[in-house]
Amino acid sequence: MKKFSEIFMHFVFLAAACISVLAVALICVFLFKSGLPAIFKIGVPEFLLGQKWKPSANLYGILPMILGSVYVTGGAILIGVPVALMTAVFMARFCPKPLYPVIRTTVNLMAGIPSVVYGFFGLVVIVPLMRELTGRDGSTMLTASLLLGIMILPTVTVTAEAALRSVPESYYEGALALGATHERSVFFTVLPAAKSGVMAGIVLGIGRAVGETMAVMMVAGNQTQMPKGLFYGLRTMTANIGIEMGYAADLHREALIATGVVLFAFILIINLSVSALKQKNG
Amino acid sequence: MEIFMKKQRHPFSAAAAALVWLCGLLTMAVMIFLAGFILIKGVRYLTPDLFSPTYNSDNVSLIPALVNTVTMTVFSLFLAVPLGVSAAVYLAEYAKKGNRIVKLIRLTTETLSGIPSIIYGLFGMLFFCTALRWRLSMLSGSLTIVIMILPLIIRTSEEALLAVPDSYREASFGLGAGKLRTIFRVVIPAAVPGILAGVVLATGRIVGETAALIYTAGTIAQIPESLMESGRTLAVHMYVLSMEGLHMNQAYATAVVLLVVVVALNGVSELLAGRLMKGRQ
Repeated sequence: MKKFSEIFMHFVFLAAACISVLAVALICVFLFKSGLPAIFKIGVPEFLLGQKWKPSANLYGILPMILGSVYVTGGAILIGVPVALMTAVFMARFCPKPLYPVIRTTVNLMAGIPSVVYGFFGLVVIVPLMRELTGRDGSTMLTASLLLGIMILPTVTVTAEAALRSVPESYYEGALALGATHERSVFFTVLPAAKSGVMAGIVLGIGRAVGETMAVMMVAGNQTQMPKGLFYGLRTMTANIGIEMGYAADLHREALIATGVVLFAFILIINLSVSALKQKNG
Repeated sequence: MEIFMKKQRHPFSAAAAALVWLCGLLTMAVMIFLAGFILIKGVRYLTPDLFSPTYNSDNVSLIPALVNTVTMTVFSLFLAVPLGVSAAVYLAEYAKKGNRIVKLIRLTTETLSGIPSIIYGLFGMLFFCTALRWRLSMLSGSLTIVIMILPLIIRTSEEALLAVPDSYREASFGLGAGKLRTIFRVVIPAAVPGILAGVVLATGRIVGETAALIYTAGTIAQIPESLMESGRTLAVHMYVLSMEGLHMNQAYATAVVLLVVVVALNGVSELLAGRLMKGRQ
């Protein structure tokens, strides 16, 4: 018979592992319980498609913020992903050996820098730069996209590099043997073979960009009207919560939590895509 | 002509190689510029005033925030590390493949690691501050952080445990040790560098966290007397300073401190991970 302590500790370990199940359940329950009633009180179409966010006039439409998040993320992907992919290719296939530890440390450090430091950098470097470029306010969609593009770079690079390295060496050698150059082999055999892993990295980057709060809040301008263009300010869902939660009450507060529910739904969809892509890769 | 073309590189290849090199160097340049800019502009503002023991509106000392950051980090790790390592032990040593509970645990852990920190902040505010009536306090903030870093600690610890060769376990069983003794005396000690590397990474995340703390731990710039009171950490301090716009120099200096701490933590984590790799060979 097994000793009591063995069985007891087995359950202790199991219980510890179940904490994450409990945490996800609690997060869902509390977010939905506090957010969903507000959505129904405001009206689903008025809330999701309303173009005006004016808590003082009881207008709670978050379409500007949803679009804000989508645009800023899209911009970050356009700016960050190509550079990140090429950097991953560089690290996996082009980098001279002595340089490799340097660039790997650099990318790891970039991933570790707190978002408030990125935001500060955006505030004191990119915003003034944009102000000179546009002649108006420097807190624009482009500013936020550029900063987010830098922030998602390490996420995408690390995942894409791992995917590139997991492609069997024989693919590369086969292409070389058929007379392709080093570059052609990498771009036309190794990169396509790593496609789903690379995609997982990109989707992970999207998740990071959608969920980023502090940095975006510090450089995006945070106007509540519909996003007007690349050189105008906008507000994301995360910024909406971050800015107004401090003083909101009653329905306003509930509407902010409801914004969190919508954001959470976005993130869940993105997470599911990542695991689907990873399974395809594995 | 043909000979000439053969000697020269194919135009596509040359362009592709140039592009790849350019992007690799660009990534490094961005990071060097960012760190260099903040360090060069910020170091001169690291004045003794900034490290005076009390904060007031004239002299925005970062000492209270620094003390709060240390408290927050120690307390959060104190809870999260035993929990996370135990969970990892279950996943690596006990879990059978294909078990439904194991699948659920993995799915939820992955979900947790993808949730943005503002959602954690929102949840912490709703659950710890409001439902449990702990208000804005270091305790609410810490527990929010614990949930946030748990997936990171579970994942890195599990990887470290799985990296321990099976021969260690078999040798221990062969000497008559039970499963529990094997785990505590053989497997976990062998995995310590990997586990520590994860813990150090988690420390970096706690130190840099802002969005999850503003509405759970609050922004009061004093050292609280107990865990039930509000207090701002260094990252929150920096956010408040740069948004107020009155003390930009001090914000620069705080950025330097944050940057140096995070760089140091990353270095330590990599050293530890490197030691684990060496131990395996």
